[in-house]
This record gives sequence, C-alpha cells and structure tokens, in this order.
Amino acid sequence: MKRLLLVLFLALAPVASPVLAVQPDEMLSDPALEARARDISKGLRCLVCRNESIDESHASLARDLRLLVRERLTAGDSDTEVVDFIVARYGEYVLLQPTGQGANWILWAAGPAMFVLAAGMGLMFLRGRQRASGGEPDRLSAEEQARLDDILKG
Amino acid sequence: MITELGHFALILAFMVAIVQMVVPMVGAAKRWPGWMAVAEPAALLQFILTAFSFAALTWAFVTSDFSLRLVVMNSHSLKPMLYKIAGTWGNHEGSMLLWVLIVTLFGAAAAVFGGNLPPTLKARVLAVQSSIAVAFFAFILWTSNPFLRLAVPPFDGQDLNPLLQDPGLAFHPPFLYLGYVGLSMAYSFAVAALIEGRVDAAWARWVRPWTLAAWIFLTVGIALGSWWAYYELGWGGFWFWDPVENASFMPWLFAAALLHSAIVVEKREALKSWTILLAILAFGFSLIGTFIVRSGVITSVHAFANDPERGIFILMILAFFTGGALTLYAARSHVLEAKGVFGVISRESALVANNVLLAVSSLVVFVGTMWPLVAEMAFDRKLSVGPPFFDMAFSPFMVVLGAILPVGAMLPWKRGTLGRTLYALRYALVLAVALGVLAWAMQTGRSGLGPVALMLGSWVVFGSLVDLAARTGRGTFNERLGRLTRLPRADWGKAVAHAGLGVTIFAVAGLTAWQQEDIRVAQLGEPYTVGDYRLTLEEVNREQGPNYLATVGTVDLQAKGRSIATLYPEKRVYPVANMPTTEAAIDYRFLRDVYVVIGDPQAGGGWVMRVYIKPLANWIWGGALLMALGGLLSLTDRRFRVAAGARRAPAAAGLPAE
Repeated sequence: MKRLLLVLFLALAPVASPVLAVQPDEMLSDPALEARARDISKGLRCLVCRNESIDESHASLARDLRLLVRERLTAGDSDTEVVDFIVARYGEYVLLQPTGQGANWILWAAGPAMFVLAAGMGLMFLRGRQRASGGEPDRLSAEEQARLDDILKG
Repeated sequence: MITELGHFALILAFMVAIVQMVVPMVGAAKRWPGWMAVAEPAALLQFILTAFSFAALTWAFVTSDFSLRLVVMNSHSLKPMLYKIAGTWGNHEGSMLLWVLIVTLFGAAAAVFGGNLPPTLKARVLAVQSSIAVAFFAFILWTSNPFLRLAVPPFDGQDLNPLLQDPGLAFHPPFLYLGYVGLSMAYSFAVAALIEGRVDAAWARWVRPWTLAAWIFLTVGIALGSWWAYYELGWGGFWFWDPVENASFMPWLFAAALLHSAIVVEKREALKSWTILLAILAFGFSLIGTFIVRSGVITSVHAFANDPERGIFILMILAFFTGGALTLYAARSHVLEAKGVFGVISRESALVANNVLLAVSSLVVFVGTMWPLVAEMAFDRKLSVGPPFFDMAFSPFMVVLGAILPVGAMLPWKRGTLGRTLYALRYALVLAVALGVLAWAMQTGRSGLGPVALMLGSWVVFGSLVDLAARTGRGTFNERLGRLTRLPRADWGKAVAHAGLGVTIFAVAGLTAWQQEDIRVAQLGEPYTVGDYRLTLEEVNREQGPNYLATVGTVDLQAKGRSIATLYPEKRVYPVANMPTTEAAIDYRFLRDVYVVIGDPQAGGGWVMRVYIKPLANWIWGGALLMALGGLLSLTDRRFRVAAGARRAPAAAGLPAE
C-alpha cells in the first residue's frame, strides 16, 4: 500500500521507454564533475514522478534534466548556479529540500519549536512531580502513632 | 450469487454495527446488564458477516468473475493465484473492506479475550469500536462499494499493477492494516475510559497488549514495504519519505510512544491523562494516514478537487473521531487524578523524554508531509518537501533518543542517580566508542556518518545487553545465568526490541555511508571490478513468464578469485498493463548485499549494468524484525497470559475482580 500511489501514478502516466536512472552515456568523464552532478541530481525532483529525484527516476524528463545539469557543470557553473538555473526554469517545485524563504521558515522552525515546547512542558511536569515527592508523607493519625509507639516500646 | 450474498452480508454487518454502537453504550450508562451483554455476540456476528463479505470478494477475484467492476479493473485471468488473492486488497475498494474487516476482527477479539474487563468498560469499549466500524461501513457502502456489477462483462481484466505482483507486497497491506487499525483498540479503550472517568493500572494493563500487537504488526508491515521497495524498485532505496510511507510511520511513532507511556500508567499510575491523549492521537494519525493515502490529496490537490467525495468522507470521519475524542478529553481529563511521585532523574522521567522525542519527531514528519499542501493553499507556492528535509529535521531526534535510551532503560523507578547508571553502563560506552573510532580509522576520506552511527547503534545494543545482565542481580556466573533464563519475558522483550532499534540505526547509517555504486556498459564475457568483486555478464536471454516477457542476464560474481554466486537480474514487460519492471538480482550475505540490475542493450554492443554493494542492508530489516520479536516476547509476558488464564477458568479461584 505504501508506494501504491506511486505505482498507480506510474501505471496511469504514459509509460516512458524503460530506461533506467543515470545511464553510462550521460556520465561525464571527469569523476569530480560527475560526482558533483550526482550530488546535485539527488536534490532535484523529477517533475513528472512522485517524490523521486532525477537521479533515481526512469522518466525521460529526468534524463533531460540530468543532461542539463551536466551541461551547466561542464560550462563551468558552480553548484548553486546550476541549481538556481534549474529553479529559474522549473520553479521551486524541483527542489527536494525546500528553501527557508518566505513562509517556509515555519516548516524549518516547526521541529525545534515543537521540541522546545514539548521539552519545556515535560520539564514542568517533572518538576511538579518532584515537588509532590518532596512534600511530607501523610502524617500518622493519633491512633497509628499510638500503635507505633506501642510497638517500638515493646 | 455469492457476490450478492457478500454485498448483503456487508449491509447486515453495517446494521449489526449500528446496534452494537448504541445498545451497549446505553446499557452501560443505565447499568442494564442485558443491554450491555448485547455487545459481545454483536461483535462476533459483525466480524463473521464482514469476514463472509470479504471472502465473497476474494472468491470473485479467485474465479476471475469479470462481471464485477472491481475485478475487471484489477485482475486478469492469466495472473498467478497468489496475486489474484492479493488483488482483493490491491485496490481502493478492497483495501477499505480489509480495513473494516480488521476493525471488526479487533472488536471480536476484544469480546472474546476481554472476559476479565469490568462489564461497563467492556460494553463501552465494544460500542466505541463499533462506532468506528459504522463509519467505515458507511464509507464503503456509499462511496467505495466493491460489489458493483457491470452490465456487459468484458472477456478479460485489466491486470493488477505489475509492481504489486510480488510476494513482499502481497502481504504488506494486511500487516500494515492490522497495525493501523489495531490502534483503534487503544482509541476505544481511551474513549471508554474517559466516559467511565477512570484510568488505573488495570486499565493500562488491558490496553497495553492491544497497542503492543498493533505496533508489532505496523513494524512488520513497514519493514515488508521497505524491503519490497529495496528489491523491486531497482535502485536499492529502502525509505523515501514518501507521503504514503510517512502515513504509516507517524502512527508507528505514536504507537511506540503510547507503549512506553502505558508502562508508566501500569507501574506507577502517573502520566494517565497524557497516555489517553496519546491513544487518541495514535489512532487519529492512523486516520490521517488513511486520508492521505485514500484521498490522493497529497499527490495532487487537483485530483482531490476533481473527485472529492471519498476524501471528504474520510475527512469527516477523521474530524468526528479525533475531534469528538479530543472534546471528550478536554471535558473529562481532569477526573484523571495524577498519582505517583518521582524525581527528575528516574525511569519515569526517561519515559517522559522518550515520549517527547517520539511525539515531536512524529509531528515533524506530519508538518513536512502536509507542508506542500499548506504552502499551495495558503501561500500559493508549489514546492516539494523531500528526503533531504526529513533527513535533516527528523534524524536529530533519533540520535538523541538512541543516546539516552540505554541510560533511561536502566534508571530505577522513582529516583535514581545518573552516576550509578552510567557506571553500570561503562563497558557498553567504552566498547561503543572504541568501535566508532575503529570504523573511523578504517575508512578513509568518507563522512563521519558511518562511525558515529556505529557508535550510537552499538551503544544501544550493548546497553540492552548490560540491562539484561543487570536484571540477573548478583552472584556467581551460573546463578546469574540461571536467573537470566527465568527473567520475565517482558525484560527479554525490552532488551531485544531496544537492541533491534540499535541495529536498525547502525544499518541505516552504515548503508548510507558505505554504499558503493557502479554504472557502466558491460560487454558479454568481459569481467570488470566493483570494490572487492569481479563481475562478468555471461549471457542475456529472453524468457516468457506466466503474464510477462523477461530479459534475463546471467552474471557471475567473484570474490578473491573464487566464484561465489551466479545472479540473474531481470527486466520484465507486462503486456496487459503495458509496463516494464526491473527485478534486481541480489546476493544476500550477512555483512553486505551485492545488488545487480540489468538495463538496456546498447547500440555499440553490451548492456547497461548497475551494481551496488550495499553493506549491512539485511540489518535494516533484521533490526525491524528484532523490534517486532521484542514486542512479541513482551506480549507473551506472564502478566498478560495470567490475566487471560483467569478469564478461561473464572470458577477456579476467588480472584479479585480487578
């Protein structure tokens, strides 16, 4: 069921020819450049797929994007320039890691903020419990005290 | 005819569910034993009717009855029998029928095994459980009826999606649903307890086995799905942070938190109110997961807008059950008086920390999953939240969790000292650090991820061993060994499940950090080297499967000059569905997998081959299985079995009622 939607989507989408992800003929001969290309590809979304990076995708559009990334890299662009170039063309939807711009700060701050909040509440609760433990235990009733004295005496 | 009977049974089950929702609830409020007693036979009847209905649908798939719309859409006469059966739940309508079947299964199980529950609590639990069933029966009957016929049946069906024709995936949904829906039991207990106004150690003891069972099923279900993705999707990924995966992961995290907080209620009668809230949230997130998967809202807002009927229905179910329970919680939680006092350094505090980490990490996954939707609706921005975000936002919580786990697990109840616990764990700590440093020294020029994860993972594993050893107390080696075998199964379960988490942490990071990849055009008969291995593509043949055509490569795998395996990577085309799939060939070994995929033939001769060396791959699922095994051990602990035994022989002893 997990990848069901992906699967359904793939089934409904016009099936591209069964190419695999990165092909040998796409790869750059310079290993350093190729490694950078792979890194960049892993952060870019295949636009017609469901939650797949262009590095993993079999779709022909992903292949075009992979070639584009390599073209820009060979032309001497830096990593950020390549990403900016692709974002300018395809919109921020291609970024698998969302930027921190605009309202996205909410997304990025949500985790730490919730943690601080939850940890604070947890600590307050623990302090309360501890104070309860610091309090005097219930006093013995007079009857119990008398019985205790009796036992101790005996 | 059988189809009509199945349809009829489904409607009858809906009616029974309505009766079971109302009558016992009224009976419990008025203290009418006869009305309360309706719940038990009704729960059984409801389950039998639903099971019959489900069997009827399965029968239609098995016999390829193409007068049923659902069968036409999802089956084919040539499909292997296993997948005809699995096809029953490999689609929306069938899977919802499976969903409600499991709701009624748990209801029936509670009716049978709940003999030692106080009658009012039992009646309320079954009534609440039935109300969930009512909602989903209505959903099926009005929006997703699997029993619709076609006026003109075609000669053959459109086949099940080929990617789903796989044993791993055939059994993945039932497990996942047993987990998802199993949490409905915890929810029913929570709501019943709120109505009752009473939560005590006994309540926690009744709730815990159900939560544990649900959590075990979820663990196995998620592991199966992840394993399937690993070998089927063709590049050996095992977790994608896909919304549909997150949908199962969020309830898993909440269930894990609930398991731990229920221990505090059971042992110390503290955290009651929080545990009730967790039970509501855990099932709430199951419903959210169902909504995400079934409405298609995350895939595309537009798909949802075009066909909103089902999505809106589930959204209403979600709003009713979560909103209703939370309202009840707000109104009634003050009656849950907190007991149990403890210091800041104590087992209780450690479990609070566990709950904070698990709950917040689950909410982070939730925010990340929903954010694209929120951004599009509120800010008109179309964006993606992918694996890099989740890796960054989620992992820190797991690192902290792993770091405190061994200490927390060994802290005494009520009040402890960090120094003493850390002293007990000194060897585990030293060993973990030593292993981390060793890994750091042995790898050259790679990221620190692997060594740090090895340290963390082994810290958790050794910590659980130390915990287990400490439980045997003092004495000679033989005395302690004897005691080790007689330890309560809950202790063993705890150690095994925690060790499983450690193994998984280490495996996930190790695989990520140390994986090797090779992509090239391989010429027939020409060996080449990847890492420590030599591979030769010996031949490529075309073969015909039952309902597909395959291109099969024969690959010889050598290590140290010796042939260790022959692998047969496949590429299949399913003509009916017009869809290609890759079948990776994997040489599974204890420490690593060699993962081979064959691609397309090249114009200049040769075939595209991708080879991955994946260290520790099996450990990921091994760890998950250990977690499930730990849960199972804990589930069979004496205190749960004794309670069950008391039910079977009520006359045997004058046991106190609670």
